[in-house]
Amino acid sequence: MSKDNQILEEFTSKEYEHGWSVNYEADEAPLGLNEEIIQWISAKKEEPQWLLDWRLKAFRTWQEMQEPEWANVTYPKVDLQKLRYYSAPKQNKKAKNLDEVDPELLAIYERLGISLNEQKRLQGIAVDAVLDSVSVATTFKDTLGKLGIIFCSFSEAVKDHPELIKKYLGSVVPMTDNYYAALNSAVFSDGSFCYIPKGVRCPMELSTYFRINAANTGQFERTLIVAEDESYVSYLEGCTAPQRDENQLHAAVVEIYAAAHAEVKYSTVQNWFPGDKDGKGGIYNFVTKRGICAGDYSKISWTQVETGSAVTWKYPSCILKGDHSIGEFYSVAVTNNYQQADTGTKMIHIGKNTKSRIVSKGISAGKSQNSYRGQVQVMKRASNSRNFSQCDSLLMGDQCGAHTFPYIDIQNPTAKVEHEATTSKIGEDQIFYCNQRGIDTEDAVALIVNGYAKEVLNQLPMEFAVEAQKLLALTLEGSVG
Amino acid sequence: MSTLTTQDTLSPLLETAPSNFATARSAAKAIFLQEGLPAVKAEEYKYTQIARKLEKEISSFQQAQPADITSELIQKSIFEGFEGHLIVLNNGKWDATLSSLPEEISISELEDSSIPVGTIAKPEKDPFVALNQSSFASGLAISVPKKTQIEQPILILSVNQTNGGQVVQPRIWIEAGDFAEVTFIDQAVQPLDGALFSNQVVEIKGGHNSKVHYYKIQNEGKESIEVSNIETDIQKDAQFTAVTISLSGDMVRNNLNLNLLGSNSEGNMYGLYLLNGKTHVDNHTNVDHTIPHAESNELYKGILADSSRGVFNGKIFVRQDAQKTNAFQQNNNILLSEDATVNTKPQLEIWADDVKCSHGCTTGQLDEEALFYLQARGIDKLQAKGLLLYAFAGEVLDHIEDENFKNYCTGLVQQRLGSKF
Repeated sequence: MSKDNQILEEFTSKEYEHGWSVNYEADEAPLGLNEEIIQWISAKKEEPQWLLDWRLKAFRTWQEMQEPEWANVTYPKVDLQKLRYYSAPKQNKKAKNLDEVDPELLAIYERLGISLNEQKRLQGIAVDAVLDSVSVATTFKDTLGKLGIIFCSFSEAVKDHPELIKKYLGSVVPMTDNYYAALNSAVFSDGSFCYIPKGVRCPMELSTYFRINAANTGQFERTLIVAEDESYVSYLEGCTAPQRDENQLHAAVVEIYAAAHAEVKYSTVQNWFPGDKDGKGGIYNFVTKRGICAGDYSKISWTQVETGSAVTWKYPSCILKGDHSIGEFYSVAVTNNYQQADTGTKMIHIGKNTKSRIVSKGISAGKSQNSYRGQVQVMKRASNSRNFSQCDSLLMGDQCGAHTFPYIDIQNPTAKVEHEATTSKIGEDQIFYCNQRGIDTEDAVALIVNGYAKEVLNQLPMEFAVEAQKLLALTLEGSVG
Repeated sequence: MSTLTTQDTLSPLLETAPSNFATARSAAKAIFLQEGLPAVKAEEYKYTQIARKLEKEISSFQQAQPADITSELIQKSIFEGFEGHLIVLNNGKWDATLSSLPEEISISELEDSSIPVGTIAKPEKDPFVALNQSSFASGLAISVPKKTQIEQPILILSVNQTNGGQVVQPRIWIEAGDFAEVTFIDQAVQPLDGALFSNQVVEIKGGHNSKVHYYKIQNEGKESIEVSNIETDIQKDAQFTAVTISLSGDMVRNNLNLNLLGSNSEGNMYGLYLLNGKTHVDNHTNVDHTIPHAESNELYKGILADSSRGVFNGKIFVRQDAQKTNAFQQNNNILLSEDATVNTKPQLEIWADDVKCSHGCTTGQLDEEALFYLQARGIDKLQAKGLLLYAFAGEVLDHIEDENFKNYCTGLVQQRLGSKF
């Protein structure tokens, strides 16, 4: 037992790898939240009037909304008036290509292990790097442009493709959807926009890397992915933040639109600063992610590996509107120390012969609380729809909690819906078996946890899978139950 | 707050409350006045808008007074084949002359006695418990002494005979001593047609190594609105089994709460809801594992036809101290019509790491291959369907240990499946 404690001790005192920050000259909005700030942000980004109106409308709706209390998390409320809603590294002029981007900024990403230098890339991954409130660089733009794929920062898209933004912005997550989505609609700063034209299969993974650097700043990015008929794209998202004592807010919105026969795969490795071992600091991650399978035979697949954030509140969902459309959700959520996660998905079956699959693996350690909250809804006309859900929890230590809140609402007699969940710990016999074969306890735990999460990790693109596996092993080594 | 303003509409109930249990009543009344009936968005009553229903169907919130009932009516109301003891509740009030009980059991009206009402089913947990505690007309205390085994079941027959639109609030306190064994069958009959609101609270205190079975069958009037709260404390080495069979009613809400308080205790919950018409049945169960080495099992099954609605919410709490817990929960549903709805939420909340907990839930149809198999052997489709549905339901009925009651329930289920499908 003492050895276990010792290993646990070592593990809990492990530093957050990406906890550093960089000082750069920043262009910042004043503190606080009001209509002037929104006008300030909009002016800063040289936005058209319609977008400003849209923001203000969202802001007015938001003012009448209440912060949701239903999630199984407790945290001191964020004083939204004490936050900064815009912070951007000062750049003399808009960079046309990578050579013009401030090398200091590129260095930040180098240090995070993300090379923005196209020549150095072995694999083809196009990256949009977002630092605090703005996108600093987007790679491989030209290569993608030849295929008609638009991949750029949200601000650029507003300028260059206003018709697309106008058509799809808020079409999946309406501005009035919920408290944080409304807030995001009012103050969103940047994010990625991606458009895959009809019949195009995106030849490389698209990726956005989010980094919060500035203190007292909220990050409110907005991602919009539109996949036209018979197109395919795989999209990755990664994020880190410096280690700070106060809590920072991250309230993003991701919208995915899939037309007929289109397929979108969205993968996230979320590694925001989780707070220190006493639960001090960390990111509040209140994110709204939703995709709509608007066309027949379309498919949206969410894969997420959640290891960071002090408080997570996130439910990537699929609206299965097109007949024969498919929604998938694969998740590994790891919580440690005082982290709290309330995450899951919603699968709304509207079209006929729609299918959905949910695989959620929760791992709780330390004094953390990990909740799965999901909904499977089969509407009246969704005949022959099919859902399978599996949510398993693994508990490490007797101070943590695992909770499951699945809502299953069925209104069609031909629907087949299955849900199963288990909760367990790593068996002593499993560890013993590994020990016998010369695998020490720590490696055995990593092995077992990786096996436990395999079903989800297998869904990740190769580059991410490696990172996620490392992250898992790092987060959980030694936590012998 | 609901649309039913508690002060105005429910005041006849609250004001005419008897004077016994003054402290308990006033505490519950304060809670009820503050909480009110569940609001439209209240999570626990999200799918069961009972306040709206009451407003629509119940004309006056008057406590129903005991009615004239004859022993013929009682004889007629007891199910065929029943062998056992009888407790008759006349609009919620115990009728000693019509009841017959073995000598070992002591039974009395709930007077201002030493019985701590509201300590097992706590009024702060549910507004309907608070309403009952603040205004029940008269209650009943049943006590089975230590080491007493009552072999035959005790039928608690509630005869609810009102002029329509009234409220019946049965309140029962059951105490089973150490090593005692007893089986209850809880059934309500409604001789007259018309809407009725029954708000029942049953508190069961099981001693060490006691064994209590509580069977409840709901097949009274089509227009009855019923809220039933059954809560039990289960001590060391004790066992409690509840079987709830719901067949009719307008809107039915069953709250079944099991508190496992001693090691090696066992709680079992089985339920079957076979619904047609517009019947709405909501089963909320809650198992609270507070100590190590306890076990709970749960199986609820539903078959839904016409525009009926079935709601299931099963909560399993495993507290930090409750290591070595085994908890299993399962809910299966079959929808037979376009307009039927199922809302199910199997919920697990676990704070202990060395536990085995699982839950499963399915909604679907009959196995096409099984159906084909039977048809291939010359059984027509309708009959084959009935057979398969009966097999589906039978898994719950098998948990009824009293043969006579089991036969009765089986008959009802077969009748329903035969006529309907």
